[in-house]
Amino acid sequence: MARKNLFNVLALVRGFTTTLSYAFKKKPTIEYPTIKKQHAPRFHGLHELRRYADGKERCIGCELCSIACPANAITVIGAENAPADRRSPGERYAARYEIDELRCIFCGLCEEACPTDAIVLTPRFEMADYRRGAFVYAKDRLLVAPDEGVGTPPDERPGGIPADLGLVSNVKSTVDITAGYEATARGKYLKDHRRGLAG
Amino acid sequence: MDATLTQYVPLWLIVLIKSAIVLLVVVTTFAYSMLFERKVMGWMQLRPGPNRTGPWGLMQPAADAVKMMFKEDLTPETADPLIYKLAPFISLITAMGVFAVIPFAEPTGDGWFGAIGDVNAGILFLFALSSIGVYGISLAGWASGSKFPLLGSVRSTAQMISYELSMSMSVIGVLILAGSTSLMTIVHQQARIWFIVPQIVGFVIYVITAVAETNRAPFDLVEAETELVGGFHTEYSGLRFGLFFIAEYLNMITVSCIATLLFLGGWNPLFGLGFIPGIVWFLAKAALFLFFYIWLRTTLPRIRYDRLMDFGWKVLLPVATLNLVVTAVVISFLGSQG
Repeated sequence: MARKNLFNVLALVRGFTTTLSYAFKKKPTIEYPTIKKQHAPRFHGLHELRRYADGKERCIGCELCSIACPANAITVIGAENAPADRRSPGERYAARYEIDELRCIFCGLCEEACPTDAIVLTPRFEMADYRRGAFVYAKDRLLVAPDEGVGTPPDERPGGIPADLGLVSNVKSTVDITAGYEATARGKYLKDHRRGLAG
Repeated sequence: MDATLTQYVPLWLIVLIKSAIVLLVVVTTFAYSMLFERKVMGWMQLRPGPNRTGPWGLMQPAADAVKMMFKEDLTPETADPLIYKLAPFISLITAMGVFAVIPFAEPTGDGWFGAIGDVNAGILFLFALSSIGVYGISLAGWASGSKFPLLGSVRSTAQMISYELSMSMSVIGVLILAGSTSLMTIVHQQARIWFIVPQIVGFVIYVITAVAETNRAPFDLVEAETELVGGFHTEYSGLRFGLFFIAEYLNMITVSCIATLLFLGGWNPLFGLGFIPGIVWFLAKAALFLFFYIWLRTTLPRIRYDRLMDFGWKVLLPVATLNLVVTAVVISFLGSQG
């Protein structure tokens, strides 16, 4: 009976109270440009090429990341280290290292393939630009600047957002994401089996 | 205002000044009722609503106005150019015209305050103008030379006919109680008791028909974007679309004002709260009604077209008629005053 629904005043009252009560609920909106959401500690964002504590580049130009990359986003051209001006501790270093962030699928396989933990994924995600060419990141933008330390170790990535990204949302996550990750088998494995070259 | 001032200022100037003020206030109210709607709807949908333009989004109406003005004004090739261009103005002029007779507060003796003009058949004037306003919508759809607007305008015509009847019926109950068609007198008659009490049935019918009359959800079949793209205003763009938009919101404000005047006692205060000026009471009541409109829009989905017709003809009209007959009988038994 269609008519019956039309006169179901109780249903109307319930509907109206529902919408009214929603008007006073806390809004889950995170007002993005000013407030940013806290994301998982191992969030896959923009890449970073790390250094050793003495300032030498970790990358030895082995091209394993490039081979591992399922999207063919990485181009590495290695070169022999000059004895007088050593760029990396190994025999070779990356003369050119380019990642096309438009091709990249942020899977993190490059990070896993790297024997020296040189390439890592940071939590930075704001890469928008007007030109496609601007998305090809070369060493000038990937490599950690000499005065900015060694970069972020892959399994010690801090939760949340790097300080330079601005305010962090005050919206509480329902799970403690840091603890959550450590509790997983993979997280535990990575914590217990630090790679030899880390540090 | 100084009573002696009237002696030096010609009446036409007073009316002109009052019209300008009312127009300004009404257009500002329109702009902010739009923002208010978007805010309230946002809250009810767990969103903050517009908040990027100025503090608390208060510049949103200005931004929207600028956007509307700079958009291209398109006329479809198949359109009837004259009527197509005229239709938005018919909607807007009638929507604005009704504010000429709406009394906002207790009039002062010198005519400086209250309504622009106290027409003794004010309520008839209101309904006459709002009926002409329907032409704006119908003609817009018809003159667009496109199928969706045509369907919208056909719906509009049918909807208006079926709901305006019940609306008039519900209002006649009030007219019987007040014994006058002057809006001032109707409000004065409510000094003791608001007409919502003896005319609760009439009030409910008025509210329902008013929603249909202004093409608002859940009776917005004339626009019905899910089925008719944009209904009667599908082909309109830029400022002409803006005019329809303004007209719709002005109509909302109008029916809120009428509901306030006829059923909620106009500027009469609630018992013991007489120290608050009448204009505040009037505006508060109208605003409450506006809020109800928005609340309704977020709560109820659009009703199916055949059910709308069913409801109008088979439920509202008989109930309104019954209400009218009962009111008339009771009043004639009790004497002339309710």
